[in-house]
Amino acid sequence: MAKAKGTKAKSTKPAGKPAGKEDVEDLLQMYEQMVRIREFEDKVNELYTSAKMPGLAHLYIGEEAIAVGVCEALNSDDYITSTHRGHGHCIAKGAAVDIMFAELLGKAAGYCGGKGGSMHIADQANGNLGANAIVGGSAGIAAGAAFSAKRLGTGQVAVCFFGEGALGQGLLYETMNMAQLWKLPVIFVCENNMYNEYTHYNETAAGTLTGRAEAFGIYTEEIDGQDIRVVNEAATRLVERARKGEGPAFLVCNTYRYHGHHVGDIDRAYYRPKEEELEWQQRDPITILADWIINQKLSDQSVLDHIQADVKSEVARGAEFALNAPYPDPSEVDTNVYA
Amino acid sequence: MSTPNGNGRVITMGQAIKEALAEELRRDPTVYVMGEDVAEAGTAFKVLKGLVDEFGPERVIDSPISEPGITGLGVGAAMTGMRPVVDIMFGDFSTLIMDQMVNQAAKIHYMSGGKLKVPMVLRTTMGATRRSAAQHSQSLHAWFSHVPGIKVVIPSTPYDAKGLLKSAIRDENPVVFFEDKMMYQLKGEVPEEEYIIPLGVADVKREGSDITIVATSSMVQVSLAAADKLAEIGISAEIVDPRCTFPLDKDALINSAKKTSRVIVVDEGYERYGVTAELASVIADGAFYYLDAPVKRMGAMDVPIPFSPVLEDLTVPTPDTVFEMAKTLCGAA
Repeated sequence: MAKAKGTKAKSTKPAGKPAGKEDVEDLLQMYEQMVRIREFEDKVNELYTSAKMPGLAHLYIGEEAIAVGVCEALNSDDYITSTHRGHGHCIAKGAAVDIMFAELLGKAAGYCGGKGGSMHIADQANGNLGANAIVGGSAGIAAGAAFSAKRLGTGQVAVCFFGEGALGQGLLYETMNMAQLWKLPVIFVCENNMYNEYTHYNETAAGTLTGRAEAFGIYTEEIDGQDIRVVNEAATRLVERARKGEGPAFLVCNTYRYHGHHVGDIDRAYYRPKEEELEWQQRDPITILADWIINQKLSDQSVLDHIQADVKSEVARGAEFALNAPYPDPSEVDTNVYA
Repeated sequence: MSTPNGNGRVITMGQAIKEALAEELRRDPTVYVMGEDVAEAGTAFKVLKGLVDEFGPERVIDSPISEPGITGLGVGAAMTGMRPVVDIMFGDFSTLIMDQMVNQAAKIHYMSGGKLKVPMVLRTTMGATRRSAAQHSQSLHAWFSHVPGIKVVIPSTPYDAKGLLKSAIRDENPVVFFEDKMMYQLKGEVPEEEYIIPLGVADVKREGSDITIVATSSMVQVSLAAADKLAEIGISAEIVDPRCTFPLDKDALINSAKKTSRVIVVDEGYERYGVTAELASVIADGAFYYLDAPVKRMGAMDVPIPFSPVLEDLTVPTPDTVFEMAKTLCGAA
């Protein structure tokens, strides 16, 4: 196996803060992580459309504030479970882009030795229990991780990321019920990008989104998922709550998927108007934070540009590393079936 | 043959299972039991009665009626340091948990390139003739046996059940443990002292020379009864119990087939695309030049299990039907 360089992002900070991050360093860290996800996904799009990446790619572009805002409220040993649209969560939880690219290209140096790919990337060293290609499929896993944390007294919390499409899955409600019954330290983060693949959620979800969790008596909030300061502030509170033993929470983050369901979903007019796409892009999460930093005179544009350039170069190097990395040896095909 | 030396101590299969759980709960604080009515009720079959008294409701946990939820929670707990034993009351409810077992538990170790593992046990039941009708009588162990990443245990005696369950709990992989609900009262010798039985090692339950009967779970008892009758007409039957459908002790099956040259495979799952088909194929492949007759298969009749006792009894192999098949195969009509 080729040795990976591991251009690891700065890890998440210790928790314990009562509110969201407002220090300039923290804000710049969140900015950098969002840019890292954006640049990574742009590169994935490029690799995919130039036929260098096999399989499927579901881009997280437009939703970066949620993954970063939430993960910056976690410790590195806190758990997350992720979705088919999981690259953002993986990066936000501390993964290195070169090893991620290697996984996406099916290379031996990837996080899963090339056996998982885009939809199953896991990074247990940073608490990422894996992306999951079954919609809502990780709800039980996240609650199970929270159950372990509670039983073992480790103080860890678990975050279950899922899209609003998962609200149609029964497992989610079974899990919410148990999480609240047993006061498990799990936070259900619903990324409402409004589309279950190619269908607007108004056509698939009766009632209100928050009403679902409220029925179990779970503490619930609905927030603007495009403003990372709002996301991080809410996540920090909910994480602290869970860590103190006050039980689960349900956080609905309203957001938008700039691209299609997957990279190949280009003709989208039949399910959503172009005007809507352009309108949402006016509320870009990276721009919102950049504007705040500049307007509050916390830093200046040249610093942000520098971060952007550094990350762009890191992502380019990471992709290059992965493209040149060797595939797994054929003998790997039947290893790791059993532990 | 691992004839247990229980020094005369005889207990039921249900007691053996409870003992295995109690010993493992005592030995390892990360082990817990979760399921519907497992605590004070001790399960619908009363097998775990009293377990909660020693270990408390924090480790013997009554759950909502949420099979996918408790299975998924078990998967996540197993990935993060616990050793869950999830109780699914009836094997028929396997339909409800298949995503969590097949798409999650079975694949997580492989998909993560070996970084994550899921050391959990899913205990459930199998077996007909309890007059429970079509949704509480099936033997669906073949489904799990089909999936790489899962191990499947189907014990036939109290001794095996105890030793295999302890191994299953200590295993690093998802293990589905099928208990025939008609055998909970079956008695057998089980020693006081601790022992474990490794997964994937078959056991010859009765030695013989004329015909091999490969049998699983309650079909071992059925086949032993058939062997008694066969002995009366001068046919010596060897009964081989694989004890696990995966890992499968292929050598033990093939070696017995080579010795006797005739084989019947008896299993209570549906015959169509079932465990018997896989075992018969393994034997036909491995002992082809030694066989004097085609390997015969006997499983549950390919119908939903009927309620009426008169009909239900027709659907599963019995000592008489196994006896007749063996007699025919040996040309002793």
